[in-house]
Amino acid sequence: MSPESALPDVVTLDRIGVWLSGRQILHDVNFSVRPGEFAGLIGSNGAGKTTILRVILGLLQPTDGQVLINGTPRPRRNRSIGYVPQKVLIDPDLPLRARDVVGLGLDGHRFGLPTPSASRRQRVNEMLEAVGAMSFADSRVGSLSGGEQQRVLIAQALIGQPELLLLDEPLANLDIASEHEIVDLLRRISTEHHVAVLLSAHDMNPLLPVMDWVVYVAAGRAASGTVDEVVRSEVLGGLYGHPITVLRVEGRILVVAGSDAEIITSAPATLERT
Amino acid sequence: MTGLVANVVFEPGFFANGPVQVALLAGGVVAVTSGVVGVFTVVRGQSFAGHAFSDMDTTGGSGAFLLGIGTLWGFLAVAVAAATAMELLGVERRRGRDVATGVVLGAALGLAALFLYWDTAVASTSGATTTVLFGSLFTIDGSTVPAILAFSVAVLAVAAVLYRPLLFTSVSADTARARGVPVRMVGAAFLVMMALAVALSAITVGAVLSTALLIGPAATALRLTKRPGTAMLAAASIGLLGVWSGILVAYDSSAWPGHHGWPVSFSVVAVIFVLYLAAELQSWARAGRAQAGHGRAATRSR
Repeated sequence: MSPESALPDVVTLDRIGVWLSGRQILHDVNFSVRPGEFAGLIGSNGAGKTTILRVILGLLQPTDGQVLINGTPRPRRNRSIGYVPQKVLIDPDLPLRARDVVGLGLDGHRFGLPTPSASRRQRVNEMLEAVGAMSFADSRVGSLSGGEQQRVLIAQALIGQPELLLLDEPLANLDIASEHEIVDLLRRISTEHHVAVLLSAHDMNPLLPVMDWVVYVAAGRAASGTVDEVVRSEVLGGLYGHPITVLRVEGRILVVAGSDAEIITSAPATLERT
Repeated sequence: MTGLVANVVFEPGFFANGPVQVALLAGGVVAVTSGVVGVFTVVRGQSFAGHAFSDMDTTGGSGAFLLGIGTLWGFLAVAVAAATAMELLGVERRRGRDVATGVVLGAALGLAALFLYWDTAVASTSGATTTVLFGSLFTIDGSTVPAILAFSVAVLAVAAVLYRPLLFTSVSADTARARGVPVRMVGAAFLVMMALAVALSAITVGAVLSTALLIGPAATALRLTKRPGTAMLAAASIGLLGVWSGILVAYDSSAWPGHHGWPVSFSVVAVIFVLYLAAELQSWARAGRAQAGHGRAATRSR
């Protein structure tokens, strides 16, 4: 037994159900993320990924079930979780440099004027270094590219020394090169800073080389386990409530609606689309 | 020689004139407050709410005329009432925020139409409309100066307390909320701060022009610097420069041909607008140079 298995899970969702304006968004969602683990929250748009993240963050109160942080019910204020929201559009006029945005992750929740100090500056520099943002540390944050802003926001989330880093679709709107860089960066951070990562994505393929654990969400239901355990026709078919075929093509995983027989007859067109 | 230059720039009697002294003091303090609050307003994307407050102050000013009390009190009462109404009607969501602002603004302007009609028709104070809409820095009652100072200091103190949470929420409200920032409360407090800053500017440049003092210097400062503290200092200085040189132009202009004396509000707003244009041109020029430089760097790195 590794020493880690003795530690409680960083986050556990226990029979979470969410109703929003008369509609059930999440049904009986159960999963855990262990310390230092790299987990993907995978599902198509509208499956309930963002809702799950908001419940973990405490931004949304679940109708049923509870969230455990380190084995105990979620306190109202929790600083052990870092968060990188989806598609932050930073105004080009915002008078903040990349380093200011990172600094806000350290003490932005405090009242009063900031008190600059050598140790604060050093911590900000360390974080900028860790995410490879040193070269644009003094640029206005709104003038940076999507991938650069993503790095700055990761540093902002990480500087509070969280045990769990939540990222909502960090790979959306990135070009393929930046996508690879961000995935590598997150894997490295997870190992070096020993922080568990839970990131949502609609495409699991860029994450296949780094994911320890997958939480697959469809129609407000979730299944979790290793990729081989979860991403199978029977499991996903059960989530979606209709036949699903999982195809593995040259190391990539394609999830397609329909049974094997249907897929094979219409294969070329279907594969092209997914 | 120095005396001659001074006499050309400052018409004789400028500094000894009582109304001028009051105008320099009250206008200066208000300009600093508006500059600081203005930077937050622009950064948070709440310029529309700022403008709505300034329009709604018309209601407060004209109501105060009817009641025979100082316009400052009318401006302040409306500021607080409007901020509360907007908060209750849903400032939370971006879209809800603009709708709530529009609804409250419409209602307030309806009242302003009624009050201004009564002011002129019933109470026959014909100067009311001009004073309320366009202000008159030279007619500020010296006894309201302590109140103007007190409200300005209070607004600046709250700005200092909320400095970091306000900046944090303007990057991402969700991240700030997840980190434990009481986002709703901070937003409501800011709305009141903005309403008070606008009410104070309404005293100096008039209800309609107070947005110019709130947004103009801030927008100019944001063209010049990328640091929040520096932007606020710059906005305060630009506002101060605008108001003081506006007072000077207005005072001097009565000695110019025609002997009419230009309205202070016009001079103040004109100076601020010219400064904004200059900053805008300068940042275009800089962007052009940066682009040229970037092109060269990119070619080199290949």
